[in-house]
Amino acid sequence: MLLKDTIIALATPSGAGAIAVIRVSGVDAISIVGDFFKSIHGKNLTKQKSHTIMLGHIVEGNKTYDQVLVSLFKNPHSYTGEDVVEISCHGSQYIQQQIIQLFLRNGCRMADAGEFTLRAFLNGKLDLSQAEAVADLIASDNEASHQIAIQQMRGGFSNEIKTLRDELLNFASLIELELDFTEEDVEFANRDQFKDLLHRIQNVLRRLIDSFAVGNVIKNGIPVAIVGEPNVGKSTLLNALLNEERAIVSEIAGTTRDTIEDEISIGGLGFRFIDTAGIRETEDVVEGIGIRKTFEKIEQAQVVFYLVDGCSLFVDGNHLENLKVEIEKVKNQYPLKQLLVVINKKDMLSEVNLSTINLQLATALLLSAKTGEGVEELKNQLLQFVNTGTLRNNETIVTNTRHYDSLIKALESVEKVNFGMDDGVSSDLLSLDIREALNHFGEITGEITSDDLLGNIFANFCIGK
Amino acid sequence: MFEKEYDVIVVGGGHAGAEAAAAAANMGSKTLLVTMNLQTIGQMSCNPAMGGIAKGQIVREIDALGGYSGIVTDKSAIQFKMLNKSKGPAMWSPRAQNDRMRFAEEWRLMLENTPNCDFYQEMVNGLLVENGKVCGVKTSLGIEVRGKAVVLTNGTFLNGLIHIGEKQFGGGRAGEKAATGITEQLLDFGFESGRMKTGTPPRVDGRSLDYSKMILQPGDAIPEKFSYTKTKTLKTQRDCHMTHTSALVHDLLKEGFDRSPMFNGRIKSIGPRYCPSIEDKINRFADKDSHQLFVEPEGWNTVEVYVNGFSTSLPEDVQFKALRSVVGFENVKFFRPGYAIEYDYFPPTQLKHTLETKLVENLYFAGQINGTTGYEEAASQGLMAGINAHLKLNKKEDFILKRDEAYIGVLIDDLITKGTEEPYRMFTSRAEYRTLLRQDNADLRLTPKGYEIGLAGKERLKRMEEKQEKSNAFIKFFEKTSVLPEDINPILESVDSALVKQSDKMVKAFSRPKVTMNHMLQLKSVSAFVEENSLDREVLEQTEVQVKYSGYIAKEKNNADKLHRLEDVKIPENFDYSKLKSLSYEAREKLEAIRPVTIAQASRISGVSPSDISVLLVFMGR
Repeated sequence: MLLKDTIIALATPSGAGAIAVIRVSGVDAISIVGDFFKSIHGKNLTKQKSHTIMLGHIVEGNKTYDQVLVSLFKNPHSYTGEDVVEISCHGSQYIQQQIIQLFLRNGCRMADAGEFTLRAFLNGKLDLSQAEAVADLIASDNEASHQIAIQQMRGGFSNEIKTLRDELLNFASLIELELDFTEEDVEFANRDQFKDLLHRIQNVLRRLIDSFAVGNVIKNGIPVAIVGEPNVGKSTLLNALLNEERAIVSEIAGTTRDTIEDEISIGGLGFRFIDTAGIRETEDVVEGIGIRKTFEKIEQAQVVFYLVDGCSLFVDGNHLENLKVEIEKVKNQYPLKQLLVVINKKDMLSEVNLSTINLQLATALLLSAKTGEGVEELKNQLLQFVNTGTLRNNETIVTNTRHYDSLIKALESVEKVNFGMDDGVSSDLLSLDIREALNHFGEITGEITSDDLLGNIFANFCIGK
Repeated sequence: MFEKEYDVIVVGGGHAGAEAAAAAANMGSKTLLVTMNLQTIGQMSCNPAMGGIAKGQIVREIDALGGYSGIVTDKSAIQFKMLNKSKGPAMWSPRAQNDRMRFAEEWRLMLENTPNCDFYQEMVNGLLVENGKVCGVKTSLGIEVRGKAVVLTNGTFLNGLIHIGEKQFGGGRAGEKAATGITEQLLDFGFESGRMKTGTPPRVDGRSLDYSKMILQPGDAIPEKFSYTKTKTLKTQRDCHMTHTSALVHDLLKEGFDRSPMFNGRIKSIGPRYCPSIEDKINRFADKDSHQLFVEPEGWNTVEVYVNGFSTSLPEDVQFKALRSVVGFENVKFFRPGYAIEYDYFPPTQLKHTLETKLVENLYFAGQINGTTGYEEAASQGLMAGINAHLKLNKKEDFILKRDEAYIGVLIDDLITKGTEEPYRMFTSRAEYRTLLRQDNADLRLTPKGYEIGLAGKERLKRMEEKQEKSNAFIKFFEKTSVLPEDINPILESVDSALVKQSDKMVKAFSRPKVTMNHMLQLKSVSAFVEENSLDREVLEQTEVQVKYSGYIAKEKNNADKLHRLEDVKIPENFDYSKLKSLSYEAREKLEAIRPVTIAQASRISGVSPSDISVLLVFMGR
């Protein structure tokens, strides 16, 4: 059966590092590790107290695998709620694999993805939304999403919903009271107070729902489309941004052959840069396809960089005028996108040309990706675009799609109650929507029972002939 | 003296016992009803009324299945009201005031006219049990009567203890003996028992009251009725009245608090919170200086009057003095004082969904013995116990109603899944899907089932099918027939609804809030259709509900279907919960004790959290 066996897995990222942590969890975790752990002080692992750390070696027969630190957590005071041993060994992949294979041969099973968290959940260490937060936490690779996940794991999110639910439950009790005790002379709470409560709930729900957009970009990175022809300096710019932050760059193959996405962390926020072709009018068929793709990419992005090679503006012809027309076009087509015209190769432009640009394109940002001049300004501009105020105030942010769905549905139900009250709908039918809203809240906090309603009624009201 | 062996022996002749005996006998079981007093079959021990919110729906369900309570109520009613008519149809609740003596008489006559039903008057003080199986009863005279199944419906009689002020004495009701022996024997078998408390107000002489000082409470102008059969509606009705207590009355009552068994610790058991005694109301809600009292006649001719709302166990002199200060009661004369009664019950988590006990085979419990309160709750359990006893003896499938099929289903599932700490009364809010459980469609929901098990007769089924066909045709008529603006607009105008410019299907206008069947009947084509097809009130009501509330009904059905998915995940009978360390301690303990049949049932056990359910689902392989 599921929880009878002992599972093992690498707890730190795979690959080489200074140290690696191997986690073993289950009924036999301590005895299995104990069989191969030789403490330098001659201590027996199976006789140690919970929450202790021991130095020693992993030894099989005559073979010593590594010098390790072993941390002991006894049930139920561990992450999974089971007996847990964490082995900190040296980070070479060879050592990691040798140790894991040793224990696999001796009674452990390789943990499935997320199985430690599943066990924590099954053992009542985490509730559902907390368990989900852990998954997010593991997946988060920037400071902001880390913060959200941590906050959610501590219950911040379910607490806010819980408060709402309690208020609504009170409301529901009053409705039920009206229904089941019409013959009694109970005093009903007034409808204005109900309306007021509904409005407050709606506001909070809307705020949480809106925060999903923020939460989602923070988790997945804010998409930034770079519109620009080849050789305007896109990769140089990306590298400039990158070098400054020493952030992780991951190269993900785009959905189409000709787009590349780079993810860069700036000021604790993830940005996803989408490289595109230009959008100049053309009659060339192949180029036309590229342009259509460009528009698709702009559609997905929240921020658009219109990157231009400063030098090309002054070669010959009406380049500057054409540029202004194109910018207007993009602006008209996407009034809600944050558009920033970036003129590259500042270092190669003459004073005259610089002042021409300043005059003709006052909002454009001049920089040199090569020298790094102006890159800092670009970053500040980016951060300014993203409203991160909510984050810094430690407010609740919704990042989980399941929660988002429940919130949307709860809001719909609450709105129906509101309309119903305006239309004079009978309260037994109103209560249908109230119960539904409560259920959706319950999907997040994990509790719903009609007993709550009755309990509330009896505790607070004088009823009965 | 007796049949060699009965099929079903019913102990007790109250609402539960009478329905149990009627059901078993009507289905073909040789049935014996044993009671301490054959004069009190179908006795209304408390208020002279049937139905009310949620309870009225139960009576209609009993009737739809082929039980007698609805018919008896109609035949002995003195006033009828459809409560909550201003609310949605799920809340419409029939309630009748009854002639207490005629009610009991009708029950007796109905049972006497039921073939296969024998009677015997004596106290049962023990069960005959062999190999974990019940096989009869033993009476106080030492007579043993053999029976294959036994239904216990002892009401408040098991070690009943009556309290009036500082006086206390054994009794099952005022003036009647308590029953002994059964509890003790059941405890020996390993049953767990508890004590509950209920109370009743004083009965007074109607000739001593001044009704001119009270508020008149008449019945409905056009009274309806409970039974789906051809019982008659009332031509004349008796009025009730309303008055109220005052600060002075409360002060007088408080003078007796030191002699109240409620407050001096003599009564330890729990009474119903929603049916508190007057002293309890004053004590718990000290800021209220007035409570309503309903003055209800006990019958057509009797002068005896029931003072609803004045349930009390204070000393009789305190009761009397305080009641004399109530408006209209200045010269009141008592017939008998109010009292409280404590009695044994058996936590119903010891039962299966069929109401058969888990410990002793073929032994069934119904009514107050299961910790419920109310005639309707008791009657429905009696009916279900009688049905299931018969079915089991005949090796047929259990008859279990689901929570979205009947209040009876909600009631029994609540009892055996959650148990009850206080006398359990039905409320509409206990039903998750009350929009489906209406008084207007109990026959559509349950009569086919009642017919299938052999309880509801052919005639009943035919009436129900005719109603269904006619209302479906009428609904279609509204969906298909158009109405001109000049015809419908006067109606829309009369209810302040927006006028229409083009002709449209009638169903559109009918679906609007405030537009009722009565409005639609003003249209000639509608009234013509009604006349041509001779549609009766029930068909009109059914059509109106289904047209006007179709959206809500569909939504509830949808929600109920979701529940069925968890209902389908069965838990093996001998599942070892102790293996699941991941369950909370409380959940494990509750699950061990109650042994739910499905995950859905498990989810309704208090103390079993959604996390526990997720754990169970994981282990059940979902």
